[in-house]
Amino acid sequence: MTDHELLPEYQEPGFLGLSTTMWLRILAPSLIGVLTLGAWEWAVRYYEVPRYILPGPILVAETLVRNWGSLSVSLGITLQITFMALAVAASLGLALSVLFAQSRIIELSLFPYAVILQVTPIVAIAPLIIIWVDNIQVALLICAWIVAFFPILSNTTVGLNSTDRNLVDLFRLYGASPWQVLWRLRLPTAMPYFLAGLRISGGLSLIGAIVAEFVAGSGGRASGLAYRILEAGYQLQIPLMFAALVLVSGTGIVIFLALSLLSHLLLRRWHESAGAGDRR
Amino acid sequence: MAKRYATGTLAVQDVGLTIERGDFLALLGPSGCGKSTLLRMIAGLDAPSAGSLEWADASARRDIGFVFQEPTLMPWSTALRNVMLPLELAGVARHEAEQRARHMLARVELAGFEDAYPRQLSGGMRMRVSIARALVTKPRMLLMDEPFAALDEITRFRLNNDLLKLWQDERFTVLFVTHSVFESVFLAERIVVMAPRPGRIAAERRVPAEDRAAAEFRTSPSYAAHCREVSHALSDAMAA
Repeated sequence: MTDHELLPEYQEPGFLGLSTTMWLRILAPSLIGVLTLGAWEWAVRYYEVPRYILPGPILVAETLVRNWGSLSVSLGITLQITFMALAVAASLGLALSVLFAQSRIIELSLFPYAVILQVTPIVAIAPLIIIWVDNIQVALLICAWIVAFFPILSNTTVGLNSTDRNLVDLFRLYGASPWQVLWRLRLPTAMPYFLAGLRISGGLSLIGAIVAEFVAGSGGRASGLAYRILEAGYQLQIPLMFAALVLVSGTGIVIFLALSLLSHLLLRRWHESAGAGDRR
Repeated sequence: MAKRYATGTLAVQDVGLTIERGDFLALLGPSGCGKSTLLRMIAGLDAPSAGSLEWADASARRDIGFVFQEPTLMPWSTALRNVMLPLELAGVARHEAEQRARHMLARVELAGFEDAYPRQLSGGMRMRVSIARALVTKPRMLLMDEPFAALDEITRFRLNNDLLKLWQDERFTVLFVTHSVFESVFLAERIVVMAPRPGRIAAERRVPAEDRAAAEFRTSPSYAAHCREVSHALSDAMAA
């Protein structure tokens, strides 16, 4: 009875260690991007569109490089708010969902308010928060947190509640304490759900930070990326506006990729979502 | 002993059963006859609505291993860590737990697969890990709830053989729920036939150890005779 063997992991050999599908995933969108940028640059030049209406991608890139000094400072400020909001949303969302998992009554009493917080447009409450909270950094943080908080809370709550019932029985059979059930069973079960929530919240906390900066920026008290966009708009420096916009989008993409990588590294050994070839 | 669910369904009625130490007892019956319910009550996972469970030795109540229909492994843990779980929950020191888990994995023919994750293992191998986990605490009683029902026949035969060998070596008490006549005759010394709606005990048959000792028991005439007898008992139970 020694003829057991491990099930083969799905793997396609390919160029530079990447499978054909992976190459397609990288090359196809890149090609579309290059074609679009090329068409844009060509159209701007051919129709002689003035730069205060629509700058070409080359001019945007030049502006980005030329203003990197001041833009990077703004980027740093926005990133600081974004990551702090994400960290608070992740830890508070996790803590609250653990609380929900412990007590059905607490979950039923508080969850509707989390939903209210989620469905109320941040643009509508941001001015209030900025008036109420003296420290502008804290006000921005609160706004970004409100937007980023819900996906983590709701995902993790679902995860904590989807524990295999037989495994719960097994833990009971061996007299496990509630703490052991939480730590060794419920939290690992919830991990993929939490990470999926984190991936959504990463992008949302950036959006929340930008929106709050917009609202605060109209009061002229902030200097994050959103403020640079506003400022450039007022001064009709459209290339600068585009440059700041590119930075915002780029940051969002990097955050998403970083969190996807984190999720993949943590789950690849055991979770179906992280299987080779299945990555999204 | 009886069990009525909150929905009013009577799952088991007037079940009286004495299990001796070292028995290999099969609970045989169609689905819905309450055999799993009975097993869960013995494990202490459900409480009987009437009647009681009496243990000759009260300490035996906690001294059980349980194998579910599914392997029920923690997907985030390796085979070794899965087998270590009951020991760790009981507060056994990590080093000792690891030694015992390694030993137990070797007993179920899985030496060399300690670091494999459940999803890398085949269905039969996962079930072996599950059996190793149930036996790692050296329980006096092993409860098995249709453990091999989801496996293909070849794998099932091999696991039957290996389980029988483990039992012959260690002589723990086994309570094995199954809906397969062949499986019950091959494995068990006592076969308790249950009838459905409400679940009750209809008959009991014995397969003496000396019959089983025959070479190639699975293809022997005595095996076929026992199967025929138990089949009759089962169809009588369902007709009644």
